[in-house]
Amino acid sequence: MKKLLLATAATALMAGSVFAGSHSNEIKLGIMVGFTGPIESLAPAMAAGAELAMSEVTTSGKLLGGATVTPVRADTGCIDNGLSTTNAERLIGAEGIKGLIGGDCSGVTGAILANVAMPNGMVMISPSATSPGLSTVEDNGLFFRTSPSDAREGQIMADILTDRGIKSIALTYTNNDYGKGLADAIETSFKAVGGTVTIVASHEDGKADYSAEVGALASAGGDILVVAGYLDQGGLGIINAALDTGAFETFGLPGGMIGDTLPANVGDALNGSFGQIAGAGGDGIDKLVAIAEPAGFDATGPYSPESYDAAALFMFAMQAAGSAEPADYVGKIMEVANAPGEKIYPGELAKGLEILAAGGDIDYVGGSAVELVGPGESGGSYREIEVVNGENTTVKFR
Amino acid sequence: MDFLNAIIAISNYVLVPGIAYGSQLALGALGVTLIYGILRFSNFAHGDTMAFGAMVTILFTWLFQSMGISLGPLPTALLALPFGILGTMALLLLTDRLVYRFYREQKAKPVIFVIVSLGVMFIMNGLVRFIIGPGNQRFADGERFIMSARDFKAMTGLREGLAIKTTQGLTVVTAVIVVIALFWFINRTRTGKSMRAYSDNEDLALLSGINPERVVMYTWMIVAALTTIAGVLYGLDKSFKPFTYFQLLLPIFASAIVGGLGNPLGAIAGGFVIAFSEVTITYAWKKVLVYLMPTNLEPTGLVQLLSTDYKFAVSFVILIVVLLFRPTGLFKGKSV
Repeated sequence: MKKLLLATAATALMAGSVFAGSHSNEIKLGIMVGFTGPIESLAPAMAAGAELAMSEVTTSGKLLGGATVTPVRADTGCIDNGLSTTNAERLIGAEGIKGLIGGDCSGVTGAILANVAMPNGMVMISPSATSPGLSTVEDNGLFFRTSPSDAREGQIMADILTDRGIKSIALTYTNNDYGKGLADAIETSFKAVGGTVTIVASHEDGKADYSAEVGALASAGGDILVVAGYLDQGGLGIINAALDTGAFETFGLPGGMIGDTLPANVGDALNGSFGQIAGAGGDGIDKLVAIAEPAGFDATGPYSPESYDAAALFMFAMQAAGSAEPADYVGKIMEVANAPGEKIYPGELAKGLEILAAGGDIDYVGGSAVELVGPGESGGSYREIEVVNGENTTVKFR
Repeated sequence: MDFLNAIIAISNYVLVPGIAYGSQLALGALGVTLIYGILRFSNFAHGDTMAFGAMVTILFTWLFQSMGISLGPLPTALLALPFGILGTMALLLLTDRLVYRFYREQKAKPVIFVIVSLGVMFIMNGLVRFIIGPGNQRFADGERFIMSARDFKAMTGLREGLAIKTTQGLTVVTAVIVVIALFWFINRTRTGKSMRAYSDNEDLALLSGINPERVVMYTWMIVAALTTIAGVLYGLDKSFKPFTYFQLLLPIFASAIVGGLGNPLGAIAGGFVIAFSEVTITYAWKKVLVYLMPTNLEPTGLVQLLSTDYKFAVSFVILIVVLLFRPTGLFKGKSV
């Protein structure tokens, strides 16, 4: 019996590698997002976004003379540097990916970049890492992101707070690169426009009890509580505990807290709370939503359009360079993302590939109005969100 | 009036949450301590057993909710709780039959049991995620508050509100009932006595005709009931998410050890010590002092002894101090 099992397993393995080998003209792109961990509820729509772009290109058969693009998923755990590094090594070493979409959270993204991507010369485009620290990190020109830096989000949040007549805030953040960076940005920007920050306190994710944190925040007081955390984790715990004790009634919700599960989990008490998340209005997102629907996911989900765009940028850069090797196409990423050239929207990837093949120039717009600035990060347009009747409603674009 | 406000503020942010959290930890620590006392190993799978019990209860709660059965102001989960306990008993007895019994027959060392329980933990971890998924699940229904902060303010005219959630009241009441029942069982019944005998001296118990496999079976069944109740109460009060149950393991073990491993009374005391040390030492006293002090002496800072970042450090400092001076814990447990 044991031998039979062994033999079966061995055969299955062989079959697997034969199967993989048969796709000779295949380009693999890694997708590394946190399928488990603090933002696990966002990850499926992000991965689906990136995969949609790949299947669109594969179906068109226009990339580098008909190459197929295959996604390879791996988990980052969002906050698990060890897991991320191991998985990234596996994707590059064993799977032979040609580009890496990810990571998702800022901490692990930095870890993958420093430990795996740079030594291997692998190009990364993160759809959702927003820490200001990643703007200045040493990256050998290999790191890009389709999401804006949190420094920009801090200014946007300060603007929203001022417009709503809020004078003082209590601020709590999730204790990691993302939370700390964002909290600093919000604090600086809000103070710059004359607001008061009564307390800046961190919270740990995944803890059993947040009454201590809420006690301190309530003691400090403030018009609203700004929670720079994750909607599946400590952020949710803090909001629930604050509502239960009656400490705060309105909450400021930065990007990591925007998602459909938060109003669903908190309930009606969240109505009137507001925030912002990276996202653009206009044609791009509508077109993406239209093609995402048959594919079975909601492209308005946080960072889902950014993921689609990250995958698209990889494939356009490869086409422009005429090569799928990271060292060859890395220089082309900024070119295809920015003007000049024909504007390319979601669902028009085949058209973009044709123009590039003919030696033309494109300006990829995509689902999130991609415009890469500075060290290769999105310039940043934001959606202002307000929770109305238990749903995240877009108030306007900033 | 200001004095009353100060008292209410402390109750609302320190006492009420502390007591509820302490009860949850105490119930968890009781299970850990029972396994340590009778089966003689630290069960790392405890947090995930809690998650499993809560999960089964949640599934039954959903079933009842879809059938329209409810308990009025009380959460439906209470009705589903017995089924959750039965499910967890089945799981624990199965694990014992498949895994632990083998090592018991080998007379394996406790440290081997600990590592084995670590493996069991990962399997349960996966099992729960496989069945119900890694995300947050809401299953609390019924009346949310016994008294909400807003009602309290309207009722008393005070500036501070006092909120007591139904789940917090329920947690404390259930914890008290469970603890009384457990002590009665251990001290008064024949099975309970045989468990204590087995815990004190295995060989002697064997000689006096106690069937060890029976004792082990009863222990697992009691532990299943304790973990499920603790898991469900915690899930009702906060929210159900497999990952947080895994994280609960640390404060639960701290509680059991501070109180004295193997001593049920210690587990309860330990639960409250850990819960209150987390909440009180990092509390910012500004709000309270503003009420109590004369206007010109009101503090401008937060008057916080330690930032909340250190709340875990606090409970572990207490743990270390206790172990330094009383290696067997506050109440006389077994030395680690």
